[in-house]
Amino acid sequence: MEKNIAYIALFAALIAVLGLVPQITLAFGIPVTAQSLGVMLCGTILGARRGALAALLFVGLVALGLPLLSGGRGGLGVFAGPTVGFVVGFPVAAFVTGWIVENWRAPIGAAAGAGALIGGVVVLYAMGITGFALVLGKSWMAAAGVMAVFIPGDILKVGLAIIITQGLAKLRPASILSRP
Amino acid sequence: MLTLTCPIKTPVHRIGAGPKLLGLAVVSVALFQLQSPLLVGAALCATAAVYLAFGWQFARHGAALLRPLWLFLVILALWHLWTGDIAAGAVLAGKMLIAVALANLVTMTTQLAEMIAVVERTTAPLARFGLSPRALAVAIALVIRFTPVLMDKAALLGQAWRARSQHRVNWRIILPLGLMALDDADHVAEAIRARGGL
Repeated sequence: MEKNIAYIALFAALIAVLGLVPQITLAFGIPVTAQSLGVMLCGTILGARRGALAALLFVGLVALGLPLLSGGRGGLGVFAGPTVGFVVGFPVAAFVTGWIVENWRAPIGAAAGAGALIGGVVVLYAMGITGFALVLGKSWMAAAGVMAVFIPGDILKVGLAIIITQGLAKLRPASILSRP
Repeated sequence: MLTLTCPIKTPVHRIGAGPKLLGLAVVSVALFQLQSPLLVGAALCATAAVYLAFGWQFARHGAALLRPLWLFLVILALWHLWTGDIAAGAVLAGKMLIAVALANLVTMTTQLAEMIAVVERTTAPLARFGLSPRALAVAIALVIRFTPVLMDKAALLGQAWRARSQHRVNWRIILPLGLMALDDADHVAEAIRARGGL
């Protein structure tokens, strides 16, 4: 019990830190933050249930008014704005990512890659685009067209999620809670 | 850690968090129904008037919180200039600005402790399903405490990086940062258990 709470809370903090630390620039010139990488790592490392709870805790604290989203955004206004789908999608993305890593018995790198791609990109963008389309009153396809600009950056993060999860699995196999 | 609560006191600060959240929900649903550009314009003016009524400083705080929306306003403007349906674009932009501004108003005028109290009250019935309110409170406190701790550790890792390398700090510090989070989680869990557990 204590251990689960501590892991969930510390990974919620990790999602926040990955969005706030300015010196982690993933690609030159492209404003990509590592925040959704944190969500992917919640899934690949903590597994479906704990990963989703960590992301949910993070989203809850944003709603309570802490400026934890990348760029120091936060508060209830986020949930009325065009990026609401992405924020609400974080727990779902972490859950799907973790579920795939837990249930697909492939080598950890492959499972983490598939999980991060399906959970952290496909599911997250499906929800993000839906929110964007609803708030800005556009068709789903039009919203998808606008959002497509950001997808290459997120494919890059899938690669990083694979490398980091593999690295952790090698350094400390016991820490990959999604693979008990 | 800083919260988004505004230090400039307004009469809205004195209203309880629960009524404010309910009011926000009702107004947001009503706002969604508005279609006429005139009504949306009037609502936008009313929202701006509320902010300005609490003073110039307060309004500037509020405007700063709306800044991340500029990109979406540009997208809307380009889209509707291209399709020629400018009135519809103005209605959408206005509604988005009002909804975000009103939600921000609640965030700006409510202390974090009050918000947490609302969460505790509303999640209390979930105790029957195994979600202990104490566990939730501890988890919230841990995130608030450990976000700055992990930020400091990330900054230290960045300094160590710069001492060794000419290249800019990149994603490679995320792995050690993750390890630190895992280690901290183990220590915290042990410490909680040593103090009697949850």
